[in-house]
Amino acid sequence: MSARPLPEITPEMAPFWEAARRRTLVVQRCRGCGTHRFPARDLCSRCLGRDAEWVPVSGRGTLFSYAVMHQVYHPGFAGRVPYAVIVVELDCGARLVSNLQDTPLDRVRVGMPLEVAFEELSPEVTLPVFRPAAAP
Amino acid sequence: MAARHPLRGATAIVGLGLTPQGKVYGRSALGFAVDAITLALDDAGLRREDLDGLLLNPGLSWNDMGMGSFQLQQAMGLRDLRLSATMNLGGATAGAMIQHASQAIAAGLCSTVACVFSDAPLRPPAPKDGKGTGSAGAYAFTRGWEAAYGYFGVNAMYALVARRHMHVYGTTQDHLGAVAVAQRRWANRNPAAQMHAEPLTLDDYHRSRWIVEPFHLFDCCLVSNGGCAVIVTDAARARALRKPPVWIWGMAQGHLGGDPTDTLSSGAVLTRGPAFRMADVSIADVDVVELYDCYTFTVLVTLEDYGFCRKGEGGPFAAEHVTGPGGRLPVNTGGGQLSSFYMWGMTPVSEAVIQLRGDGGERQVSPNDVALVSGNGGVLSTHSTLVLSRLPA
Repeated sequence: MSARPLPEITPEMAPFWEAARRRTLVVQRCRGCGTHRFPARDLCSRCLGRDAEWVPVSGRGTLFSYAVMHQVYHPGFAGRVPYAVIVVELDCGARLVSNLQDTPLDRVRVGMPLEVAFEELSPEVTLPVFRPAAAP
Repeated sequence: MAARHPLRGATAIVGLGLTPQGKVYGRSALGFAVDAITLALDDAGLRREDLDGLLLNPGLSWNDMGMGSFQLQQAMGLRDLRLSATMNLGGATAGAMIQHASQAIAAGLCSTVACVFSDAPLRPPAPKDGKGTGSAGAYAFTRGWEAAYGYFGVNAMYALVARRHMHVYGTTQDHLGAVAVAQRRWANRNPAAQMHAEPLTLDDYHRSRWIVEPFHLFDCCLVSNGGCAVIVTDAARARALRKPPVWIWGMAQGHLGGDPTDTLSSGAVLTRGPAFRMADVSIADVDVVELYDCYTFTVLVTLEDYGFCRKGEGGPFAAEHVTGPGGRLPVNTGGGQLSSFYMWGMTPVSEAVIQLRGDGGERQVSPNDVALVSGNGGVLSTHSTLVLSRLPA
């Protein structure tokens, strides 16, 4: 069985992966206007500020949208289809593409409360994923 | 009364060239472009020497060819061009090329422009396993870290927007299916459609395999090898040529920006005002509608954004069966990209030309005075609108 593709750890995204290994979710925050964003960008599309920092966030949010993948686009997912790709809207406003743990596909709902969890793929890569949370 | 817009009726489409479409092998993308332009020139009764402009929308398999329009000029032996560009707004490019051609012609910068799209992403079956490489490979873009989550391809990108539309507006799987079925009924009347011989019921639609929920197989467009070109020229020359001119009455582009899962809209919301004002008609005057349909969902959204129904009601509107053969608003009358062939924005353009010329055969719409054509690129990212007519302005 093929392994899932591991993300290339680029210099821009390295702080995210380092934090994830410590089981902490971080996103970028613009030092100009305070907007949270993900993935890493060198420019804030709101205020055009170039100065940003990685900040820990609560890891809580809601499911904004989802798609259930049935086709195998990479052999690493052959044993996983069908699986949900989700967009999580974090409490801080940033949105992340992720996966959903502990949830049968027929229980996936837009708007469901979620919290971050972590899935270790390799010694270098721990993937932030999400699972249902109790309603706040 | 507003002054007549100088672009209204200043130019016309006078030639259409459409190569064989689908699993057609033995031509590169450049080769298909040459074929399409040659066919369009023949159709118009023009020669290569009559062209002084060349606009190219390169499909995916043009990847490595820089300055594509120049490469195409050289391949075709075209000399002394006064307009040349390689353009890419995705599926909005065809409409945008025709707009730029019209503007340059109306400004006197050139007179006769070929606008072409071509692509050859499909590869023939290999002898060992008998399977060709197709759409899944061509359009399964991997986007860096997102691949670790199994997020691949444009199907999934659109599925996220469609799911959000279903959540916000109550759009259902039956609504999406209604679009697929209506367009297949048109394709069944179009001998050139790849799915001409394949009937499709709503039950067939629901039984078809999932690609990325909420999209079944029949929510997703075809992928085609081939080329499609049109020739745009000025009003005086248009009147003197072989085929009835298809007059360009109105045009606009609209690119919303932002996140399509927030806007849940196409750029039609920006284009409908200016394009119809230029054309001096309203949407009630539109006889035939050719919408960009990379997915069934795109058709629902675009119908909403032009104002054929209220925002969010594209689904129920499609389910009224008004858009198929015999319906009061004929939409994608050749079968569209879902059921006919996939030449990006050239698919709706070509069908509008066929309908306005009265060449639709079994699928001909009547009356056929005014056609609306949309183009959409990316994920509801770019948009072009054309209002075309068989009547001079």
